[in-house]
This record gives sequence, C-alpha cells and structure tokens, in this order.
Amino acid sequence: MTSPVAAVTTRAAEQGPLVDLVQETLALTRRLFLQLLRRPSTLIAGILQPLIWLVLFGALFSNAPEGLLPGGMSYGRFLGAGVIVFTAFSGALNAGLPVMFDREFGFLNRLLVAPLRSRSSIVLASVIYITSLSLLQSLAIMATAALLGYGWPGVSGLVLVLFTLLLLVFAFTALSLGLAFALPGHIELIAVIFVANLPLLFASTALAPLSFMPDWLGWLAALNPLTFAIEPIRAAYAGPLDLGAVLLDAPYGTVSGYGCLTVLMVVTVGLFLMIRPLLNRKLA
Amino acid sequence: MIELKQLEKSYGTVQALKGLSLKVPRGCLYGLLGPNGAGKTTTLRILCTLLAPDSGTVSVAGLNALSDPRAVRLELGYVAQEVAIDKILTGRELLQLQGDLYHLRSSDRDGRIAELIDCLGMQDWIDRRCGTYSGGMRRRIDLASGLLHQPQLLVLDEPTVGLDIESRSAIWQLLRELRAQGTTVLLSSHYLEEVEALADRMAIIDDGRVIAEGTPDQLKQQLGGDRVTLRVKEFSDDREAEQVRQLLQGVDGVRQVVVNRVQGFSLNLVVENEAVVPRLREQLDGAQLPVFALAHSRPSLDDVYLQATGRTLMDAELAVAGQRDSKLERKKAMR
Repeated sequence: MTSPVAAVTTRAAEQGPLVDLVQETLALTRRLFLQLLRRPSTLIAGILQPLIWLVLFGALFSNAPEGLLPGGMSYGRFLGAGVIVFTAFSGALNAGLPVMFDREFGFLNRLLVAPLRSRSSIVLASVIYITSLSLLQSLAIMATAALLGYGWPGVSGLVLVLFTLLLLVFAFTALSLGLAFALPGHIELIAVIFVANLPLLFASTALAPLSFMPDWLGWLAALNPLTFAIEPIRAAYAGPLDLGAVLLDAPYGTVSGYGCLTVLMVVTVGLFLMIRPLLNRKLA
Repeated sequence: MIELKQLEKSYGTVQALKGLSLKVPRGCLYGLLGPNGAGKTTTLRILCTLLAPDSGTVSVAGLNALSDPRAVRLELGYVAQEVAIDKILTGRELLQLQGDLYHLRSSDRDGRIAELIDCLGMQDWIDRRCGTYSGGMRRRIDLASGLLHQPQLLVLDEPTVGLDIESRSAIWQLLRELRAQGTTVLLSSHYLEEVEALADRMAIIDDGRVIAEGTPDQLKQQLGGDRVTLRVKEFSDDREAEQVRQLLQGVDGVRQVVVNRVQGFSLNLVVENEAVVPRLREQLDGAQLPVFALAHSRPSLDDVYLQATGRTLMDAELAVAGQRDSKLERKKAMR
C-alpha cells in the first residue's frame, strides 16, 4: 500500500485564471459529451424526430394549391426553415434538464465544493454542449431536406442560418438554465418545457404563413421569437440573400431581415441579463 | 485548523444550529459524534462552503471561509454522506473530471490518480462505469476524489454508514495513515465505536450545539468512576436484588447502586476505582451470598453521552427516526 498523500506530485503551480477557466469548462463539457455518446438515444431521437416532421408534415400539405404560399414556394421548402428552427429551439429548451438532475442528485455539490475559477463554467459547459448538439441536428435536417429536394441555402445562406440558430439557441438555453435553477425539481421543469414547446411552434410561422392565420393568432405569431428566426432562414432558402428586404408583414408593420436579427439579438441579450442575477445568486 | 464560532442556521422554522462553536487543532483526527438530526451535516456543509450560516464565523487554515470560499475550497477535501456519482462515467473519468476542477496539470493529475488507484485498491474496477459499483467502491471513489488534490484537511460526513466491515476497516486504516502523515481529518459519525476507535479529540453534538468536547479518555474521566455489573444468581427476584443493593450500598468506594429491572434484576454500580471490586466480593462472601457474574468496565462513550444529554445515543436515534423526512433533507441539500 502506497501512502495516500505521498509527495510524488506537488500541488500544481498556479496556471493563471484563464487556463484554469478553460480547463474546468472543457472538463465539464467533456462530461456532457461522454454522457451523450454513451446514451445516444437523445441524439438519435433528436435527429429522427425533425426528419419525421419534415417527411410527414411535408407530405400532408404537398397537394396545397400552387401560389398559396408567398413566392410560389413548395410546402416542403416552406416547412424546412420551420423544422430547423423548431429543432434548435426544443434542443435549447431541454438544456436545463442535465443541470436539474445534477442539482437533484447532488452532483452539483461536488462541483460547488471544488475551487472553480468561476462558476459560470458550469453554465458555459451547458451552452457549448447544447449549441454544438443543436447545430449538428440542424445540419442533419438541412442535408435531408436537400435530399428530399427542398433546396439548399448556399454558402452565404448557410452562414446566415447558423448565425440565426446561434442567437436562438443562446436565448433559450439561457432561459432553460434559469428555469433549472428557479424551479423545484425536474417534474416542474419538464412540465414547463411541455407546455411551452408545441404552442410556441403553432403560434409561429413555422407551419403556415401569417396570411393564413386569424388576426389574433397572427399577432401572437408576429410577436413570437421563433418567427424572427424562421423568416431569415426561410429567406436564405428562397433565393438570393437580401436581408434588407421585408420578410415579415406583421399586423403592426413590416419587418426586414435585419429587423428580425435585431429582435433576436435583443431577446438573447435580454434573457441573459434577466437570468444572470438568478444564476449568480444560486451559484454564489 | 478549523475554528467555528457561534454558528446559527435555520431551515424555515427548524433551527438546525443554535450557536455551535468548535475548534479543531492541526494534524488531529477529530470526531463529531451525535445522533441523526443533531446538526452534524449542516455543520460540515457550512465548513465546506456549500452553505452559508445565518450568523457566526468560519475559519479554515487561517482563511475566512465566508469571505474567501475559493481559498478554503483549495485546502479541503470533502467526502459527502450521500454519494453523488455520475453513473455513466467510469471511475477514472470521474477522477479526471475532479482533477480538472481542482486545476491539476494533466500529467500530475493522471499520476496522482494512478497513485490513489494503487493505494485504495481500485485497479480491478476503476475503468468500469460508476453505475455498476457497490457501496464500498463508491465510497472509495469518493475518498479518492476528496484526496486527489492533497488537501491539508479532509472532511468526511459519516464515511462508513451502511458499509460492510471490511470496507469500514479499510477506511479506518486510511484515515489513520492520513493523520500520521499530517493531514487534519474531521469526520462525523453516529457510531460510538467509530469515534472511540479513531478520534484523537471529539465533540458531542446534540440539538445544534456542542455539549461536550475533549479527548475520548478525558470525557470518560470527567464522568469519573468505573462501572460494575453484578448478579448473585442468574435470575434474582425483586426482593433478593433489593437486599443485595442495600448490602453493597454501604461498601467503601461505592457511589451508586441501581437495580436494573430490565436485565433480570442485575445490579449496576458506579465505583471509584478497580480496588473496590475485591471489597464487593468480601461483602457478599460475608453475607453468604454467591456471585454468579461480575463485570467491571471503564465508562464508555455511551455513558458520556448519557450523562451529557440525559438519554442514550440509541434513544436519541429512535426519537428522531420517526421525524426525519428524507425527501425534505434532499431538498435542503439542493442548490
């Protein structure tokens, strides 16, 4: 039996705060990815589900009369943008679940008793994990959509799609992590996710354009953050990219592509600022 | 090494700590003894910076744990009671994660892990997923993660609860070695034998306060007197026991004689010292009474506990057993 405290190694010299921060964040991120690889059902379901949406929902309205959708788009092409956004959105909304389980099972205490440089690394690891996962899923959907003949946005379009998704994922990951610390347990968190998920989808322009909707729903959809992510992506799919063009003819006025992205940015920054004090308090 | 002053902490209407103060000297193996619900875990959680007290001060290795928690976290290893473990990771991956959270360089980290695997005998299962581990294995992984960064202070919350005898003695052995190498060890326990066997110093905690403090021997000596249990027959009756009681009451050096009705009217005596025992025999011989059994012992920690709280540790355990709500306790521990 060797000695438990033998001085084969001495305590590591100070590495500097930034190196520490990177080390702890990477370690926490690695854990999340190891979990994903060893329990891949989340990943498989996360890619299969939107594909099923795309194929089945796309087929449901494939006989819609031509000229019904703006710009004479096919329904499949119209739906693609909606499904991409919805997938990224639900992924982000689930971001809080692993954190909630860590809270409930006491694993978080193991992290909190360690001399972390900043406890933001716990949040940061979740953001990195969910963002990569969502982007991966979205790329899988885009590839499938292309195979189904629903088009491909091109290089500049792709950049726009990824940028838009990043904003959306950041916003809802922040919200979900905030909820994971604010709610008492996973049952409540799942309930909130469940209630928020589908209504936000239906009250957006993911499945149908604003012109289809009764006035009250049109108002809801025109205020829904998902809509502001869907429209730029749809525009990227529709043809030559022009963010200056009017993308949303909302009841309160018209919104350009730049307008949509600005709204998304405001929502993202706003949610982060709202959640920050809560996280600081809970992780103090 | 540790100095806690006048700690108070309430959970809602329940006051868990009522002005608890404690000093643990450097290099000491210190035992906190008390029944479930006495405030041991709350004290340790405050010490480990997981919980802020409502009032009081906490100092660890000369550092103020309330104003500089990160510095304190660097100095201490904490082995919690309910082992939270990531079932999906292997033991080695868990230790690597832990090492990264303590910012060990990766070469140092892996060397240190190899050392601990060797020392805690984890070779055969360290690369299996934690979900497959037995209680003893989990506890060893937890000890390893507490020791990974070579802390000056190791804090353990009831480290041997629910473990088999073999794992328990392995952990005792390890704690003794750590102490021998200069690590300060603080453990809580509601096992008398554990504290008695391990601790250099100890405190008895009851109802959120320290009610007795010192070395186990000091505490027993303070209580004073030896214990003698005596029977004249295997089963005496009430009258006979009373007769013997009156006979022995007058013997020089006998402080107290009680008839124990629960144990077949045996007699429990508190005597000044061993020298009294032969005098007891003489007295009984003189009255033509036989001695069926006579046992002599030093006071035990249970006697100390009884003296300090007016109840035995077991009674205290039973009293809170019905009131404890494990779900509520998990909530309390949640952040």
